[in-house]
Amino acid sequence: MHELAITQSIVEAVTQRLPDAQVTRVCLVIGKLSGVSVPSVEFCFGPTTEGTALAGAELQVEQTGGRVRCRHCGDEFPCDDLLAVCACGSVELEVIAGQELLIRSVEVRNHV
Amino acid sequence: MCETCGCGEGATTTVTDLGVPRAHEDTREHEHDHARQHHHDHDTHDSGAQTVTLEERVLAKNDLLADRNRERLAALGAVAVNVMGSPGAGKTALLERTVRELGPRTPLAVVEGDQETLLDAKRIAAAGGRVVQVNTGAGCHLDAAMLAEALDRLAPSRGALVLVENVGNLVCPALFDLGARTAAVLSSVTEGADKPLKYPHMFRAADAVVLTKIDILPYVDFDADQFIANARKVHPGIEVLRLSSVTGEGLDQWFAWLDRARLAAA
Repeated sequence: MHELAITQSIVEAVTQRLPDAQVTRVCLVIGKLSGVSVPSVEFCFGPTTEGTALAGAELQVEQTGGRVRCRHCGDEFPCDDLLAVCACGSVELEVIAGQELLIRSVEVRNHV
Repeated sequence: MCETCGCGEGATTTVTDLGVPRAHEDTREHEHDHARQHHHDHDTHDSGAQTVTLEERVLAKNDLLADRNRERLAALGAVAVNVMGSPGAGKTALLERTVRELGPRTPLAVVEGDQETLLDAKRIAAAGGRVVQVNTGAGCHLDAAMLAEALDRLAPSRGALVLVENVGNLVCPALFDLGARTAAVLSSVTEGADKPLKYPHMFRAADAVVLTKIDILPYVDFDADQFIANARKVHPGIEVLRLSSVTGEGLDQWFAWLDRARLAAA
């Protein structure tokens, strides 16, 4: 359940970048090969943000698909499975996308 | 709050130094509060919503601290090795044996990670090792900040090999760079040959897979060749070691692997 630590890192990163803002929405990018479970992040988000500038904020998660390149034949193809096999028979697949774990943007209401 | 693995809010990390070996009087205890929540009071008067683009990696801070750990160790010609695996894989037994046999010819230091207790650190200290215990409380893995604090306490010597035993867990530790130069995942012959397929992130994160407890292979239904094939399916090119911390079989290869990691930093 590393998603708790991941969610705490999100709160910490946002409050450090925008110390004076009340955050109303957080937009994340989580790749399907990142090893991070979206439902778990959603589960942790409410309790973790309580008492912070992110309290009550809406969480929006964009899931990006995986993409791999075969080290054997050079073919590139979409793939969300770490156990996939290339059409050429090789399992030597290099992940080139889908491991993202990003805070894309936040919506804030600045207080005056 | 988390029923999956016991993670909770208000987690605190404790770092306990078991002192320099044979200096039994000096068992300092030291606690740091790591509650990582920042509180901000907002007497808000709305001035309209606006979107701020951040494009920030969630683990950017951890990765920065991990890089600092690596640089700090490199400046000493030292390296850390992240030793991962499920509870009961034989991590502590291997480190005890490593301390006893490699310790006399190589500067060693050990960081033990567990949710609770000093049990593992006491085992390493009893083997004659310099050790610091990190108790993560509810946390299910070590992170770079915890290793930084452990290194503050350990003050590794020049050219040291710092063995970091992560919290027993085949999932979470795979995601958190500690600043180690290399990582090994231990898996015992009692765990089943399918583990690499079930926990691919862990076996992809490790540079070597160490099959432990091979002395009891005749008594268990475990297909070692299938296990290794599965590990290579998930991580082609992963180094494979087989050993028994009880009989000592295969330990030479483990020591040679550690030596290569250490000498590569010198």
